[in-house]
Amino acid sequence: MDQAFWSYLFVGLSFALYVGIAIWARAGSTNDFYVAGHDVHPTLNGMATAADWMSAASFLSMAGLIAFLGYGGSVYLMGWTGGYVLLAMLLAPYLREFGKFTVPDFVGDRYYSTFARIVAVICALFVSFTYIAGQMKGVGVAFSGFLGIPFEWGIVIGMVVVFFYAVLGGMKGVTYTQVAQYCVMIFAYTVPAIFISLTITGNVFPQLGFISDVRGEDISMLAKLNGVLTDLGFAEYTSTNKTMIDIFCITAALMFGTAGLPHVIVRFFTVKSAKAARISAGWALLFIAILYTTAPAVGAFARLNFIDTVNEATYVSDEDYETRSAEIEAEGGKAVPAWFKNWEPTGLVSFEDKNGDGQMQIRGPNAPDGLENEVTANNDIFVLANPEIARLPGWVIGLVVAGGMAAALSTAAGLLMVISSAVSHDLCRRTLFKGMSDTTELRIARVAAAGAVFAAGLVGLFADKLGFVAQVVAFAFGLAAASLFPVIFLGIFWKRMNKEGAIVAMLTGLITTFGYIYFFKFGGGTPDQYLFGISPEGIGFLFMWVALIAGIVTALMTRAPSQEIQDLVEDIRVPGSRTGHGEGDAAMPPG
Amino acid sequence: MSDTEKPVAAGSRPDHSAYWRATLTLTLSLLAVWFVVSFGAGILLRDFLDQFSIGGAPLGFWFAQQGAIYVFVVLIFIYCIGMNRIARKHGIKG
Repeated sequence: MDQAFWSYLFVGLSFALYVGIAIWARAGSTNDFYVAGHDVHPTLNGMATAADWMSAASFLSMAGLIAFLGYGGSVYLMGWTGGYVLLAMLLAPYLREFGKFTVPDFVGDRYYSTFARIVAVICALFVSFTYIAGQMKGVGVAFSGFLGIPFEWGIVIGMVVVFFYAVLGGMKGVTYTQVAQYCVMIFAYTVPAIFISLTITGNVFPQLGFISDVRGEDISMLAKLNGVLTDLGFAEYTSTNKTMIDIFCITAALMFGTAGLPHVIVRFFTVKSAKAARISAGWALLFIAILYTTAPAVGAFARLNFIDTVNEATYVSDEDYETRSAEIEAEGGKAVPAWFKNWEPTGLVSFEDKNGDGQMQIRGPNAPDGLENEVTANNDIFVLANPEIARLPGWVIGLVVAGGMAAALSTAAGLLMVISSAVSHDLCRRTLFKGMSDTTELRIARVAAAGAVFAAGLVGLFADKLGFVAQVVAFAFGLAAASLFPVIFLGIFWKRMNKEGAIVAMLTGLITTFGYIYFFKFGGGTPDQYLFGISPEGIGFLFMWVALIAGIVTALMTRAPSQEIQDLVEDIRVPGSRTGHGEGDAAMPPG
Repeated sequence: MSDTEKPVAAGSRPDHSAYWRATLTLTLSLLAVWFVVSFGAGILLRDFLDQFSIGGAPLGFWFAQQGAIYVFVVLIFIYCIGMNRIARKHGIKG
């Protein structure tokens, strides 16, 4: 029970730290609550953004996903990092110069329209809720998998902790806890990665191990992996079964989607200036890249190591594992590794002796010896079992548990801020009750955050029961790319873009992308019906262009925006020149 | 249509069109690199690049899983330096 002790200790300590930060960083005004007083240091904001961005899926599942997909996994690696280049150069500094609190704020004021603001609120809420379901589920899984606490209670504990710092501290509390969570998370990810890299390639840096020779052999790690996989009847690691156009579109949809995600954009509202927003995006991507360049190395090492230690091993039952495995080793045989036995009860790895020979066969679909595959593994197992595979002490496992929890909670908190500000700020203050005082708004913001925590918990429980979490992630990125990115981009780079164009663009992107994904995920569509061979994950990129063109054509056919609005656009392009323009700024001056 | 066409009358807004043109030029050139290393090297030209290798990894594959990400990070920092330089040159304080 040594391992459970360390897990409890690290999770407990990290939770105490988060609550402590929440009490220290209490928000005193709506400015604090929504954008942390516009006063976060760019480097710290970079860390917070990295934690905000890297979810339970990035931390636990991505390395395993890449391990199974090989080259096909590149779409996630490029897609979830390349978006920051777009964000840094096309959106973040300009939106910061615009100087409000939320993404719907920009859409509503720039397009002088309550309707446009409401459509943006709907997009932001939809994207955030689909995303948060996965996070709450991640918290529940981490609790139930490691600490033996029932899944539902795991979600409740996660909710209580997030409630504490999100409701009390708002964006300010969230920001500083995310900084702490980034540190926990990156340490927990890289330590086991370094050890597994040392074991397999002898190189300290996993990124260099990835392109090194296998330790003590004269063959490169990837060449060996390709050889091992083809011998067992799998496709080569460096190949993929996806078409080039699909790979292209999925990568692009993830990039533009990343740039259009409200919980990522608002992180850049928390710094002092447009200049700070630019450099902060650089820091954010640097911090993200540490994990994202380690993940493909971990994936490849883990796949190689998994086959090496498990394939053709003799299976041993639980009762006499210690003695029996020692006997087998003494006879020069290979027994099922201890970590496999440890994780078997969780269902993340399983073995079924189909040919009854007592040996564990891992085989691909084209196995030359015609044997069936008997071993299955979940994507998450590679990161979770890494410390044991690399024979690291029990406390490292505790650290990984705390890291997974940090990844899930930090992303959940960022999403909660978007949900609560969409309700309290965009719906209440800017649409329904315009004369509201700051104190009242802050109170409503807290209530909204509390409600959002509760709703997120329910979504987590509900979504898990229905089991559709993985299917809806395509929605979040596709919708962000097709509905939010075009209007924000045109709002900055094309002064002539008007209200009518924006509404048409958002609705076109929303309806087409939603319809397409719904048809293929839930409506019974089959892959041979794909438009130009593009899967639902990549369709957001195509419909983004459709939305962009529909918006431009509509804008050209209708009246140009007023001189005031065109002046506003000029102002946000030039740092330090922002002054009040139009109705939006009269209702709420930029800050 | 463009900012330069507006008459500069007394009390009118300052003309920042040169600053904006320089910003757009920098942005477009860096985005061209962004496209070439990811969609170019990692996807479209991958088969061609895979005949070369870097430490045993096919080059196109390496770009898709490592190289593009390194270039992305560098691009943003170059952008920051470039923007600061443009701001100084055009007397923009922010």
